[in-house]
Amino acid sequence: MNGLVFDVAHLLAGALVLVSFMLLYQDRLYALLNVFALQAVVLTLSVAWQAYAQDAPHLYVTAVIALVFKAIVIPVALHRIVARLGIHREVETVVSIGPTMLAGIGLVGLSMVVMLRVTAEADPLAREDLAFALSVVLLGLLMMVTRRNAVSQVVGFMSLENGLILAATGAKGMPLVVEISVAFSVLIAFIVIGIFLFRIRERFDTVDVQALDRFRGERR
Amino acid sequence: MTGLPVDGVTLILVLPALTAALLAALPGYRLSAGLNVVSAFATFLAAVSLFYAKPAPGPYILVDDLNIVFIVLNTFVAFTTSVFSASYIAHELETGRLTPTHLRFYHAMYQVLLFAMNLALVANNIGLMWVAIEMATLTTVLMVGLYRTHEAIEAAWKYFILGSVGIALALFGTILVYMAARPVVGEGLDGMVWTVLIEKVARFDPALLNLAFVFLLLGYGTKVGLVPLHAWLPDAHAEGPTPISAVLSGLLLNVALYAVLRFKMLLAANPEAIAPGPLMMVMGLASLVFASFMLYRRRDIKRMFAYSSIEHMGIIAFAFGIGGPLANFAGLLHMAMHSLTKSAIFFAVGSITQVKGTQQIADIRGLTVTHPLLGWGLVVGVVAIAGMPPFGIFMSEFLVVSSTFARLPLLALPLVFGLLVGFGALMMRLQGLAFGEPSGDAGRPVQASYLPMIAHLALVLMAGLYLPPPLVAWFRHVAGLLG
Repeated sequence: MNGLVFDVAHLLAGALVLVSFMLLYQDRLYALLNVFALQAVVLTLSVAWQAYAQDAPHLYVTAVIALVFKAIVIPVALHRIVARLGIHREVETVVSIGPTMLAGIGLVGLSMVVMLRVTAEADPLAREDLAFALSVVLLGLLMMVTRRNAVSQVVGFMSLENGLILAATGAKGMPLVVEISVAFSVLIAFIVIGIFLFRIRERFDTVDVQALDRFRGERR
Repeated sequence: MTGLPVDGVTLILVLPALTAALLAALPGYRLSAGLNVVSAFATFLAAVSLFYAKPAPGPYILVDDLNIVFIVLNTFVAFTTSVFSASYIAHELETGRLTPTHLRFYHAMYQVLLFAMNLALVANNIGLMWVAIEMATLTTVLMVGLYRTHEAIEAAWKYFILGSVGIALALFGTILVYMAARPVVGEGLDGMVWTVLIEKVARFDPALLNLAFVFLLLGYGTKVGLVPLHAWLPDAHAEGPTPISAVLSGLLLNVALYAVLRFKMLLAANPEAIAPGPLMMVMGLASLVFASFMLYRRRDIKRMFAYSSIEHMGIIAFAFGIGGPLANFAGLLHMAMHSLTKSAIFFAVGSITQVKGTQQIADIRGLTVTHPLLGWGLVVGVVAIAGMPPFGIFMSEFLVVSSTFARLPLLALPLVFGLLVGFGALMMRLQGLAFGEPSGDAGRPVQASYLPMIAHLALVLMAGLYLPPPLVAWFRHVAGLLG
């Protein structure tokens, strides 16, 4: 294994986890979107490095999709939506930042323990990539459950999806990676359009049980 | 078939795709509805032709004895639902709940959904299967939100987020399966082809496979609606158009379950991997018992039957979890019977909500008095779904229970308990719905066609009285394949 190739891939995957933590403590929507764009850039670099290291030119397509779509188009579109719909600029959290960060550290530890143990046989680059990828996925999930606002839930989902792309590109020679990343981009585009069309503002902005019952079609 | 230039598989994929494009371009809902029915029927015929001519498995497409059952059931219910939908939507237009533009969109999406489900069923490549299930999720999300009411949007959003998380986890599981396959199968396309995987799975790293299955079960299990991942299901069923509720319950849940089964077969073929059965049994039993209790407090009729779907998917997952020829046979039969019965119930419920103008159970009374055929149709459907003889569901539930007694007697206790609780709830509600003082405007006629509902119920009744030996032999053969 080429030492430099390994180190750079490691650095970029680690950076992705770090940026996922940064997403957790943002308390402004615009800042959250900027950090997400940063995460997409890191993902682009990571995917491009994998393309170079594995000598797999089709992965460059995935990298370009990540750069154009997730680092530029989506953040810009979400910026506009936030501005136009007049959503609260603050990120409303269910759990405060401190416990969320602690839970995040726990999740990263968990994914390291799980992945490194079960992949003892696999080649070191792939297994550490997978461990980092699972961390990003779990941090994305954590973000989705600790946020109330639709836009920040979507950012959580997209960060989760970045983790999946990292895992898919880290698995050497995996077929259909490009197709899968395209399918995911379509999914995300639909979500973003959905936010705009449906004009979802702050969801669950009341803890009034009656309102919840109405949303569930249960009110009499 | 040998004489034709195209085979059945191409047809069941190309027909819906072409029709979807055509429907998106055509104005006028009568024409679209007709075309929808004709195309769904042609797709069904193409699916039946697969019995006679199976194409050889390629790197992307596979038709074997297992998925052919799913494909034929899928295309049949899709066809009858399109017939029901054609008569249902006219009323929705009249009351102004839908506009012609919405309908054009609705019909195109219906065919896209059929395409995605058929693709997921014939996919031999686990990556392709994932893409197809994602596509099916997207189209159903759009259809659930069709009415654009606050509740519908809330339901669609919830379904969207939970479904997306589910398919994201499933993708992680798929990647892990590839990682496990790579040292044995080698890099490239072969590492995702199911028929290649199943041959060589015995030499895969068991630890990776175990982890992969957990992700796949959680991911696709979300789409099956297994507890505790079911939260999207009742909302999606209650707020979308009723034909979509029928398709969701009768078909999409099966497609997701089929994906789980394929991976279960992989794990079962590896001697060192964990047994996938107990995981499915636990989730299945939890779904059954939880959903049975939830049936009691439901006030919305579509929600109630959505919980009943969770209950039955739990029974099916439990049966497949037990494994062995008898339990697998029972699971397959139950799946087929549930699809037919539940879609028939949703056909009835669709007409009921139209004539009564409400989905609230308390406001629907005395159906057998005001609309005898509809009311008795509902009675027959609910009696069948509750598991009473002489219907097919009684037989499959009986088989599930008896194989549980034979194999794992202790688990039969919660199983029978759950079945009885669910039975009680359904009977209690049925009493109020079908009998007693009629409510609402008694004179309002039903516009929707009864034919699909009657056809489904007749099939279920027939299956309960007499299963043709070739069908039994076929199911038995497939049950053997499932291990």
